[in-house]
Amino acid sequence: MAGRSDPIPTETVAAHPQAGRIQLALVVLALVALLIVPHVLYPIFLMKLLCFALFASAFNLLLGYTGLLSFGHAAFFGGAAYFTAHAVKEWGWPPEAGVALGVAGAALLGLVMGAIAIRRQGIYFAMITLALAQMFFFFCLQARFTHGEDGIQSVPRGHLFGVIDLSQTMNMYYFVLAVFLIGLLVIWRFVNSPFGMILKSIRENEQRAISLGYSVARYKLGAFVMSAALAGLAGGVKALVFQFATLTDVAWQMSGEVILMTLLGGIGTLFGPIVGAGLVVSLQNYLATSDFPVTIITGVVFMICVLLFRRGLVGEFFATKIGRKLGFRAQS
Amino acid sequence: MASAATQAEPRVVLSARGLGRDFAGFTAVNNVDLDVEHARIHALIGPNGAGKTTVFNLLTKFLQPTRGRITLLGQDITATAPDKVARLGLVRSFQISAVFPHLTVRENVKVALQRPAGLATQFWLPLSSLDRLNARADDLIEQLGLAPYRDHRAADLSYGRKRVLEIATTLALDPEVLLLDEPMAGMGQEDVRMVAEIIRDVARSRAVLMVEHNLNVVADICDHVTVLQRGEIIARGDYATVSADPRVRTAYMGSEA
Ligand SMILES: Nc1ncnc2c1ncn2[C@@H]1O[C@H](COP(=O)(O)OP(=O)(O)OP(=O)(O)O)[C@@H](O)[C@H]1O
Ligand SMILES: [Mg+2]
Repeated sequence: MAGRSDPIPTETVAAHPQAGRIQLALVVLALVALLIVPHVLYPIFLMKLLCFALFASAFNLLLGYTGLLSFGHAAFFGGAAYFTAHAVKEWGWPPEAGVALGVAGAALLGLVMGAIAIRRQGIYFAMITLALAQMFFFFCLQARFTHGEDGIQSVPRGHLFGVIDLSQTMNMYYFVLAVFLIGLLVIWRFVNSPFGMILKSIRENEQRAISLGYSVARYKLGAFVMSAALAGLAGGVKALVFQFATLTDVAWQMSGEVILMTLLGGIGTLFGPIVGAGLVVSLQNYLATSDFPVTIITGVVFMICVLLFRRGLVGEFFATKIGRKLGFRAQS
Repeated sequence: MASAATQAEPRVVLSARGLGRDFAGFTAVNNVDLDVEHARIHALIGPNGAGKTTVFNLLTKFLQPTRGRITLLGQDITATAPDKVARLGLVRSFQISAVFPHLTVRENVKVALQRPAGLATQFWLPLSSLDRLNARADDLIEQLGLAPYRDHRAADLSYGRKRVLEIATTLALDPEVLLLDEPMAGMGQEDVRMVAEIIRDVARSRAVLMVEHNLNVVADICDHVTVLQRGEIIARGDYATVSADPRVRTAYMGSEA
């Protein structure tokens, strides 16, 4: 499926001379909005949104920037949630250490799963990641520390760095926001780095990259581990937000959901997965209070969007004249 | 006619013995012996489907040989991975031009420069850390006449210029042995002359093995010619010897000069 998007439109629209400044202004505007918004909307809803936005962005690092479709990202998200919850609740670790453990655990899982799957192409890669994630799901179902169907309940949020009380909702919100922004910065740097350049060249022409001496599998594995670690960051923080970790987060449906978010928003753009996550989470939240069947509606919305906007919402916007005038460009 | 740089003692840098490859019962390459020498240009010619590209794929390990052994710079590479082969100094170009389409000309060349410069794995550095490769990249771009297109995306170049860019990228690695698969296909007269000149020039300090259909070019710049037909070598020697060979004449009848 969506390995490679359409070629960039042939008629080139020169970016507006002020495009850089306009982009900067938009980013500043978004930041200000993120700072104010918890006073307007439910902070818990917003935190959930930020966690999933980070999760989808981490996933996009792999699909959009490396061209690998993983069907097992729930293992990293949900696995980290368990690790963080366990460390904080049972061992009494401070929240930052708990999240760090979640990230490390997810990275390790990613290394193992990636090492097994990375040499497979296309659908085989997706199938193997799915199979491995299912194995991890059954491990979580059986393992003692995850408490089976109950999950790990009433996880204390604790004090960040021993001082900031995260049981205060606003403190927690700003902590989640900070983590989200740091995660995005890491992704942005990763994509726009010497390593990211090689990743891009591999995506563009793998044979050529090999013939230039690059051990393609290692670069892909590097991206896979980074994506897993960031998915773990999102999962660990989510466990603190909701104060529990359950099987829902490691189930295959979660892997499907993150694919949906990313495709909806647009792969290969920094903002696409964020928009996609926002849309899906909002829709779920809205439908949860209604009588509509959630999965069917999200499924239908997804189908419509994929048929109408092949590049995803943000990708389509970037491809419009306005988008290109503003100097936006999706990864090919 | 041999090129000027052929005075030095011949030194074999790449050799194959009894090389063969089957595809599901079909023998595409069989019993190929090949010696490629330092500072020489070696042509591999033959009709369409003779197995030239397959030989390239075998030598660079993009395909695993069914039979035979390959030695590069004294080291047996029969079981070596293709990226490792490239790192050992054997770099190829592709018959179907292989560039990174959405990267600019300069970025294409820089991608090749990154690894030898030790600037390929840093995921924490900004892209501007690659600026120190610009001078070397621009040198190559200039040398191959691509300077006016430096900031164009590779996808927007003409077919011939894509081929030139591929050669520039290959040269960026400064390989010991260069394998060029029809480097001049689809180029105009001007470009053919320029690229022939460049190949002659780079072969002063390295070995070149090239597949080429343009026999004028082969006659002009190649020191050795090996003729392949249906996967087997039917003639070898300098151009005059090979072109006088009756089997070669039969093989080429109707198709080429
Ligand atoms: N991967 C493959 N699987 C099956 N058959 C193959 C494969 N690669 C090459 N062949 C076959 O091997 C034979 C030699 O092909 P090859 O591409 O090496 O010829 P060539 O000499 O490079 O021809 P051309 O001048 O057209 O480029 C052809 O019959 C081709 O169909
Ligand atoms: Mg060929």
